[in-house]
Amino acid sequence: MNHVESPQRTLPAIELRRLTRRFAQATAVDHIDLTVAPGGIFGLLGANGAGKTTTIKMLTTLLEPTEGSARVAGFDIVSQAHEVRRRIGYVPQMLSADGALTGYENLLLSARLYGVPSQRRRIEEALAFMGLAEFANRLVKTYSGGMVRRLEIAQSMLHRPAVLFLDEPTIGLDPVARRAVWEHLKGLNADFGITILLTTHDMEEADALCSDLAVMHTGQIAAHGSPADLKAQVGGSASLEDVFAHFSGSVDETGRLRDIAETRSNVRRRG
Amino acid sequence: MKRIARETFAIADAELRKLVRDPTELVSRAIQPILWLVIFGQVLSNVRGIDTGEAGYLGFLTPGILAQSVLFSAIFYGINVIWERDLGIVHKLLVTPASRVSLVLGKAISANFRGLVQAAVIYLVALALHVPLRWEFFPILGVMLIVTLGSAIFAMFSLSVACIVKTRERFMGIGQVLTMPLFFASNAIYPLDIMPRWLRIVAMLNPLTYVVDGLRGLMVHGEQSIHGWDTDCGVLCIAFAVFLGISARLYPELVR
Repeated sequence: MNHVESPQRTLPAIELRRLTRRFAQATAVDHIDLTVAPGGIFGLLGANGAGKTTTIKMLTTLLEPTEGSARVAGFDIVSQAHEVRRRIGYVPQMLSADGALTGYENLLLSARLYGVPSQRRRIEEALAFMGLAEFANRLVKTYSGGMVRRLEIAQSMLHRPAVLFLDEPTIGLDPVARRAVWEHLKGLNADFGITILLTTHDMEEADALCSDLAVMHTGQIAAHGSPADLKAQVGGSASLEDVFAHFSGSVDETGRLRDIAETRSNVRRRG
Repeated sequence: MKRIARETFAIADAELRKLVRDPTELVSRAIQPILWLVIFGQVLSNVRGIDTGEAGYLGFLTPGILAQSVLFSAIFYGINVIWERDLGIVHKLLVTPASRVSLVLGKAISANFRGLVQAAVIYLVALALHVPLRWEFFPILGVMLIVTLGSAIFAMFSLSVACIVKTRERFMGIGQVLTMPLFFASNAIYPLDIMPRWLRIVAMLNPLTYVVDGLRGLMVHGEQSIHGWDTDCGVLCIAFAVFLGISARLYPELVR
């Protein structure tokens, strides 16, 4: 694999048909139907335990669905998982860059695994795009949380994916770092035409970035539309916070202890 | 094949960079085999209760301690993998188009680097203790091959266990439970022929026995391999293929 072709603009970037995932007796994702158009930034909202991360895990081929199907960049996530992997980038919720390697070495590992051509040039371009060129040879454990997140985005764009998945990309970052990540994601979407799907709890982030949103609640899609549509559905001068509360209930009702503990741990690690 | 070689190299190279940058683990792991040879080996040499061949008990023990070091440094490899899962590194690797075989093989090769450093340390200690080591080229190459196979087998075994137990706490418990029986049910510190029959059968199913036996025929003058080093290598190659298949199959389970 050397070059990943551009996404076909006519096909949906992501298409879910009755996608379901059960764990023993619990249904984490429950017969979801959803279509994500190419070229936009799509936000998947929901409280802890709503099913966002399980959905992303299925779409990135980490987890097989129990029922239903999904296509990413035109390929089936089960029968064509390898083709899907060639065309996606993924930034997990945890800070996953390797702290014992330099920024350059982290990107070199990804470039080699994806078989990216002209590796040095691509890596330097990605680091420059994310504003990290001068820190390339520093160990990642000396980076700030915002820098690590930008490095991970650089890592995920090296092979020019058609679709980029980010699981709560700015959780735990300070406001300045958070805005820097937003600007870079917008640039990635505008300059490279990469479709972005991100999950978030942060309504300001959803408002700032997303052209389309879906709210998940207990494994189902409770609402889907543009931010303006969703606000109109709730009525009056509703904010996205109101939309979130209206469609997803409160964190206390749905958040699982494990999810909350994981989120707190991530926030702690980002200082 | 070329793709798998490229991907395996990518993983192994990243692991080696980390190890070279912070060799603390290599230094701390060298202490235990030194203690075994210098204290246990020297004291037991005076007992003379076990017929261990011309090279004496220390000569008999040296290959066993190298095999033990290979086992002990590789067997806790799984904990690193669980740590990487907790950091999201495994998620990111599994989302790449890289073959699962390459991801696992890359890890196994880096375990081998640790094994070879242990071998160098043990050769030096054995030299200082006047063990009659074989310094010919081909025997040393054979030792490197067996250390390579042994490290990879135990690293992949450990990785497979990690994929099943999934948490560091459980792995630490199981790691201890597995390591000592693997060590004692082998010919590392006493010969097979003085074992009770049931233990000999267990030892014959234990890959560590073949690592020790192969090393014993290649490392020390006056020591003999029971099966022949080529048979030992053959058995280890089969174990390598089996554990490569199992660990590559189980690795994705870590994030499910």
